[in-house]
Amino acid sequence: MKAKTVDKIATSVIVVLALFIVILLLGLLGFIMYRGIGHISWNFLTSAPQLLKGGGGIGPQLFNSIFLLVLTLIVTIPLGWGGGIYMAEYAKPGKITSFIRLVVEVLSSFPSIVIGLFGLLLLVNQFGLGFSLISGALALAIFNLPLMVRTTEQAFRAVPKEQKEAGLALGLSKWKIITSILLPVALPSLITGTILASGRIFGEAAALMFTAGMSSPPLDFTDWNPTSPRSPLNPFRPAETLAVHIWKVNSEGIGPDSKEVAAGASAVLVILVLAFNLSARWIGRVVFRRMTASK
Amino acid sequence: MNNKLKPRRPLKEKHYWEEWTGRIYTSICVVFLIVVMFSIVYFVASKGLSTFFQNGISISEFLGGKTWNPTGEPAFYGALPFITGSFITTLLAALIASPLGLCAALFMTEIVPGKGKKILQPAIELLSGIPSVVYGFIGLSVIVPLLRSIFGGTGVGIAAGCLVLAVMILPTVTSIMADALSALPKGLRESSYALGATRWQTIYRVIIPTTLPALLTGVVLGMARAFGEALAVQMVIGNAPHVPTSLLESASTLTSVITLSMGNTTMGSVHNNALWSMALVLLVMTFVFVILVRLLERRNRV
Repeated sequence: MKAKTVDKIATSVIVVLALFIVILLLGLLGFIMYRGIGHISWNFLTSAPQLLKGGGGIGPQLFNSIFLLVLTLIVTIPLGWGGGIYMAEYAKPGKITSFIRLVVEVLSSFPSIVIGLFGLLLLVNQFGLGFSLISGALALAIFNLPLMVRTTEQAFRAVPKEQKEAGLALGLSKWKIITSILLPVALPSLITGTILASGRIFGEAAALMFTAGMSSPPLDFTDWNPTSPRSPLNPFRPAETLAVHIWKVNSEGIGPDSKEVAAGASAVLVILVLAFNLSARWIGRVVFRRMTASK
Repeated sequence: MNNKLKPRRPLKEKHYWEEWTGRIYTSICVVFLIVVMFSIVYFVASKGLSTFFQNGISISEFLGGKTWNPTGEPAFYGALPFITGSFITTLLAALIASPLGLCAALFMTEIVPGKGKKILQPAIELLSGIPSVVYGFIGLSVIVPLLRSIFGGTGVGIAAGCLVLAVMILPTVTSIMADALSALPKGLRESSYALGATRWQTIYRVIIPTTLPALLTGVVLGMARAFGEALAVQMVIGNAPHVPTSLLESASTLTSVITLSMGNTTMGSVHNNALWSMALVLLVMTFVFVILVRLLERRNRV
């Protein structure tokens, strides 16, 4: 009897705390949307921020975030997928492989601010790239690579052994098997992993403050020549992203509507990150259906 | 006979080259990772150590000094306030997040296995997807005013910092704990039920003790995340350079000081080097957390 009472109490405590987490999430999302969504308008999404007056938008920041994401993926995908393929297909169990595993683990545990500082030292100062999109993209690539390597390795390991054996039986080379048999099968998980990582890149700020910088030059959206300093496409210009902007507005915003700007920008950021997460699942499923015979 | 067999050699040669492109390309990717890790350690360490070797500040003054006044005459470079700030917020955040995470993980795997996972899994994933600056914004506009109205004062401080951190590390803690619990062999659970134990007795006496190292791995990884988190904490903690004496007092962490001061100091000055030494402390702590996780994993295998 007594043990049963204890069991009931414990069960209800666990259930209550678990539901508390769900309510916490709904509360957080509800709060962000409630505070921010009223402030989002076409003008807010496209106009430039105002430092002292009200009515500023987040146009350049939004563009910078997306452009930075594209640049980062250009760097990360070949390196991350390659590293993952090595770990899944070429690495033999032994001292070297476990050392590489340790390196990946350490690299993924480094705080993002340390990676930002490293970027400041090496990319911004040593390599003379300055506060620029390219420094930011490289720093984010470092931040993102370990995760990418791990998801790629898992995706390749999940491919059924028979597929590989069939390729070997045909006398194909290992690289041919990887690129034309294993890669298509692993592609859905690779794409899902990459999009989820993109969500992380999108919201990252600490690593960018010291690499991509905390300001944007006035951009001329009619100038698409990547070498001109005011062109949005110039990868060597400083760029403040949406996440960095939210931080800046919150901690040193002096405009009369800085609270609203922060709320609106947070809502935009969260909506975009959620969109990344949902689309990752959806695209993963669609590609999986395309690539395999399952329905 | 005109049954001409194709010569085998060119095919083999083609294979040879294909084989090597793959091998070399993927190896370069891995070597890149190794080079990056070592250069991070090298650059941060060389900058961080120059405070002690070039500027002549003793390690004990840096780690134990209670006064941080780099612009004063004479200047003081005691980082103890920030080190304690970092440790206190991290520990408190772990204390709040671990029981919550454990309950969520038990809910998903023991109480309502199928349905519980369907409700909680997406919630946990969405929580982990919210960027840290947004957590900072929420902390600033919900937690800080709430603490202010309950306890008075400004509302910013350690308490606000560790509440924000606790929510941020909750997904990490929960997902690792849930993985650990679901990896437990079914037989253990079933034999406990067969002996007539209730669910709670099974959880408390069998499941938690056997999975303890793996559960602790979740806590350590959560703490590692909390220790390195910069912006969300910086926004709500108040950033005063004192050793905190109460939870409601404004304080600083290593990350928050670096975030605020790095841009305002010139490269190579003593003040700047002292900030790099703090980055070095963060780096060293990362290694400590990685070693802890490795030790726990070894315990888990036995």
